[in-house]
Amino acid sequence: MSFSPAVKRQLWSIVGFAVAVLALMAFLQSDYFELVLTQVLLWAVMSLAWNILCGYSGYFSFGHAAFWGLGAYTVALGLIHFDLSPWLTIPAGAVVGGLAGALIGFPTFRLRGHYFALAMLAYPLATLYVFQWLGYQEIPLPMKREAPILYMQFADPRAYVALALGLLVVTLLISLKVENSRFGISLFAIKQNEPAAEAAGIDTWRWKMLALMLSGALAAMAGGLYAVVLLVVTPEAVFGMLVSAQALILALFGGVGSLWGPVIGAAVLVPLAEGLNAKLGDVLPGIQGVVYGVAIIAIILLAPEGVYWRIRDRFAGRLPEAVPMPAGGGAIPAMPRQVRSRMAGEDLLVLRDLGISFGGLRALDGVDLSVPEGGLYGIIGPNGAGKTTLFNVINGFLSPERGSISFAGESLVGLRPNQVCRKGIGRTFQVVRAFPRMTVLENVTAGAFVGAADDAEARYMAAAALDRVGLGARANALAGGLTNRELRLMELARALAPQPRLVLLDETLAGLGHDDLDAILGAIRQVSAQGVTVLIIEHTMQAMVQLVDHFDVLDHGRLIASGTPETVVRNSQVIEAYLGKKWAEQVAVAAK
Amino acid sequence: MPFSLVDFLQALAAGILVGATYALMCVGLGIIFGAMRVINFAQGDFLMLGMYAAFYLATAGGLSAFLGPSGGPIIAAFLAGPIVFALGWLLHRFIVARVTGAGAAQTEGAGAYGQILTTLGISLILQNGGLIVFGSAPTGIRTPLSRSSWEIGDILLNQSRVVSFLVSVGLAVAVYLFLGHTRQGKALRAAADNSQAALYMGIDVDKAHRVAWSLGVGITAVAGGLVAGSQSFQPYTGFDFVIVMYAGVVLGGLGSILGAFWGGLVIGIVQQMSTLILPYQLQNTAIFVVFLLIIFLRPQGMFGRLSERT
Repeated sequence: MSFSPAVKRQLWSIVGFAVAVLALMAFLQSDYFELVLTQVLLWAVMSLAWNILCGYSGYFSFGHAAFWGLGAYTVALGLIHFDLSPWLTIPAGAVVGGLAGALIGFPTFRLRGHYFALAMLAYPLATLYVFQWLGYQEIPLPMKREAPILYMQFADPRAYVALALGLLVVTLLISLKVENSRFGISLFAIKQNEPAAEAAGIDTWRWKMLALMLSGALAAMAGGLYAVVLLVVTPEAVFGMLVSAQALILALFGGVGSLWGPVIGAAVLVPLAEGLNAKLGDVLPGIQGVVYGVAIIAIILLAPEGVYWRIRDRFAGRLPEAVPMPAGGGAIPAMPRQVRSRMAGEDLLVLRDLGISFGGLRALDGVDLSVPEGGLYGIIGPNGAGKTTLFNVINGFLSPERGSISFAGESLVGLRPNQVCRKGIGRTFQVVRAFPRMTVLENVTAGAFVGAADDAEARYMAAAALDRVGLGARANALAGGLTNRELRLMELARALAPQPRLVLLDETLAGLGHDDLDAILGAIRQVSAQGVTVLIIEHTMQAMVQLVDHFDVLDHGRLIASGTPETVVRNSQVIEAYLGKKWAEQVAVAAK
Repeated sequence: MPFSLVDFLQALAAGILVGATYALMCVGLGIIFGAMRVINFAQGDFLMLGMYAAFYLATAGGLSAFLGPSGGPIIAAFLAGPIVFALGWLLHRFIVARVTGAGAAQTEGAGAYGQILTTLGISLILQNGGLIVFGSAPTGIRTPLSRSSWEIGDILLNQSRVVSFLVSVGLAVAVYLFLGHTRQGKALRAAADNSQAALYMGIDVDKAHRVAWSLGVGITAVAGGLVAGSQSFQPYTGFDFVIVMYAGVVLGGLGSILGAFWGGLVIGIVQQMSTLILPYQLQNTAIFVVFLLIIFLRPQGMFGRLSERT
């Protein structure tokens, strides 16, 4: 296997970290400190598990205690009722945690933002009351004196440190793998702009579910081992709000979305809380909580995004290092990747009687449209004519109430946007939807996954698409720092990367200056010349007349004219729609 | 049916009475969330402060002795509002304002990371500070009202809860009128709808947030003072109510004050009615189930609206 330099460095960091922990373990003389060290490691696992879902995808969970608690109870109940060893029940807990993730995710991922976060709050607390009611108030784990090692019971606390370290290293490796694969890029894309991710062909549902299941499995394993270490399980201690809060406090404190943030958080805050508890808890109960709270607030006022990012910003700046461009020498790959059974000129996209309304407003009202393969079609219409709605219906953001959409002979109605993208339709947005914290190349790579067999091919296709729109030189710049023109080109490249047969361009020309306009018109013409069918919507006529070879005019959700640009601009209905009735009459008079 | 009609009506009546006080708490939280879009984990702890403020005003402050054991605690609950309002004002001025508002919107996650940590930190400080100052023993405000009832047919209405109901509804209506009809209330709503636009219109968004935050915790504290007359409490009590409040606010629709009121009422009714068919320990589980059902069936809540454009 070959790794990129950044990944190699992270791997060495993990090795170095493990060695340091082992050295610390050997150095610590008291059982108490070994116990604290074990707790630090397990909370780091928990926080990293939380980070896999919440840090990468941006879906905040206030309820990760559900997984931790299920893991702990799997171990405790397995030992008591079935005499099963934690060596078996901790992995079994991972399965339980993963399944719980699937069960929770299935309904909950219909929600977003604050709603998702708050819904997650309910799961562990509801479970807590159920376990109380079932009578599992306080379960001490029985000692197995006849075969302690078989039951993961060690006299030497260093054994637990080693076990927890092993789990943490595995979790770090999994996180690293996630970060540097299509999984991670898809999650980052979801975090930054979910609709754009979906339209770029990323199956957002699948990746979110996988992230939650993986996160749940890891959290459950940490919870299970924690139960073994502490030897007693109570519903409040494992399902309580403090567990969920701790998972996110550590990650937020250390730095969300980073590999080392949760580890930093655990390494600083867990000993702090534990030490305060031991030193001050007896003197004045509650003082440790106050000091802990003050510490959290103080640090967050200094570094609102977490310690890791703060340090990184100070020493390295936020710009990612230059990623070497994939090999290939900039050669543009041969275009037709998909087998084309149809002849150029045959209808590729056919809409029949398409209709949708919002409340009383008929946004689309019986639209019929046929776009031939290889055509460069434009749809114009005034603001509010239903242009963007038309695109949203075609690419699956909205479902039509009536009518049919067929693409290369297949119906698109009922498909989700990522499935529509898979069929070979790319799109851009009226307001550019970039992933601002990713580089240009990563942005486009996110779009290329659909058409690529593996991650390397996706990178290659992305680089090729960037070259096609003339943005190759900016591949390693952060998308957040691009000019409007570059953003438009990048979005075009993202749509083109998986080599679609049809691209939908939503007001790509709006708000551009003269030079920018020429650059983008050139790029679109080139795309069309390479055989990609283009459907573009605009509300300004001028640029469109130069560009397209066929016009349709949309007004109040209906197509009112269709034909070559020259005939359409003389159509009196079109003039009326744009300039009002009075002008239409004057033009009619002048024509006589 | 496992229960009689009288039981049903009794539970319904109790639900409505308890629900009104929940509704008032939810209005407090709803104002904060509506205006600032901040998830305030410390809201329950401000509620707890309201309980203790009312307790000390009624006992050590002499309100019960001066105004009688029935009227004193009610007035004490009212006065808990301004006290917690003032504390909220200071906390916003020196801590919360630094992680919310226009400056925070520029950071990743619109500042949500810092906000969550900050309110969790405040919550830790209030809870544990409460433990130091007030002690851990459960306490309660003794009022003869909580031990006597009015009878309507076979239904018993606890007098303390009836009074709390009336006070809660009255205060909620007053808040509603304040938001709808005063200059400050309108500024607050404008800042909530679109803080950027409000800023350009010359509204002091920072001040509007401060008013919203302080008013929100103050109102919730009054609700806490009212609850304190009919149940015992200790410094960790607040968290139980955080769940009730968020369930109510989400149920009503995040950002809608009217919705928060009805949401809180529904939560109270669900909680009391669930005791008809479920064991007592599961009454909070019933709240969560209803909460989850509603957000899946109608995620915008009863009064909220969804708005997203591509």
